[in-house]
Amino acid sequence: MLAAALIVFREVFEAGLIVGIVLSATVGVPGRVRWVGAGILGGVAGASIVAAFAGAIGDALDGAGQEVLNGAILLVAAAMLGWHTVWMARHGRELAMEMKALGRGVAEGSRTLMALAVVVGAAVLREGAEVVLFLYGIVAGGDGVGAVAVGSALGVAGGALVSFLLYRGLVAIPTRHLFGVTNTALTLLAAGMASQGVGFLIQADLLPAVVPRVWNSAWLLDEKSLLGRALHALVGYTDHPAGLQVMVYVVLLGALLWSTRAVTRGARVARA
Amino acid sequence: MRFHLLGVTAMVSVMAAYGPALAADDTPVFRLTLKDHKFDPPQITVPPGKRLLLIVRNGDDTPAEFESSKLGVEKVISAGREATIRLGPLTPGEYPFIDEFHQDLAKGVLIVSKE
Repeated sequence: MLAAALIVFREVFEAGLIVGIVLSATVGVPGRVRWVGAGILGGVAGASIVAAFAGAIGDALDGAGQEVLNGAILLVAAAMLGWHTVWMARHGRELAMEMKALGRGVAEGSRTLMALAVVVGAAVLREGAEVVLFLYGIVAGGDGVGAVAVGSALGVAGGALVSFLLYRGLVAIPTRHLFGVTNTALTLLAAGMASQGVGFLIQADLLPAVVPRVWNSAWLLDEKSLLGRALHALVGYTDHPAGLQVMVYVVLLGALLWSTRAVTRGARVARA
Repeated sequence: MRFHLLGVTAMVSVMAAYGPALAADDTPVFRLTLKDHKFDPPQITVPPGKRLLLIVRNGDDTPAEFESSKLGVEKVISAGREATIRLGPLTPGEYPFIDEFHQDLAKGVLIVSKE
């Protein structure tokens, strides 16, 4: 029961951090709970399918099927986040400042909600597939279904609580700063997901590592510790990053910051 | 723009340097088996500076996840299946790995020798 509770908590916690950020980034946009809920449900369904076909996926593409699937999921999520942050830079200010524009902004806002629902779905799918496989393993290994179910429920409750606390903490930030904070968080999330996606493609040997391990910071912060996992999920922390991962991270972060700044400045000039 | 061009040039030349190694047939192969959630052998020694294949067979009837942050590998292996993991070139040292689904039992280490 304890093993089930721990692993379920760990994975729900990682996906929950992303859900918390997405929810706080969409404060005031109607329909967000429905979209995020749809993302979670889609992720759970996807995770069950991936877990059921784990063997076939692993054997696909000369044994690289799993890496390619993980890499693709992460890169799609990163692309959605990138699109959303640039869009928010253009419209977020209007949404926050001009309540009059809300009616028009909301219709457009729901389009990026769809993008964020995909991000939530991707996060839940990635963590969920591991949970399903692990739970299947301990049930098959002889632990009672009841104990595993109780443990899993505790794990989900714990992970969801952390996600809720993060959300409450973020929305406590005054509205005029909230968009800046959540947009920065989403930008870091995008860079982190892209570099993790690239990591899987390096593992599959489809991309070169360039430098196998740029640094080793496991002594400082183990990626598998709770804080390491949180930073891994939120900003893409890796204790042994490959050169290409660092390059992708830096270039994407720079490009997103530059383009959101350029868009914001452009919007300001246009209004003046 | 110049930066991007430089980056692309660097990447292309690196890919060109790696390219031929990808296709080589003489890549050394090393094998590991998971049985009763333990790695057999628990320790494996490989040469430095070479690309190599590590084939991990899951001999148990439950799924496993081969994981090593130092090797940059994270791979689910279904019950009774084999996973091929492409590694290297590696520098001498110790590279621990685990089965994340049974990390209390399933621990191993890949040792890259000095020569």
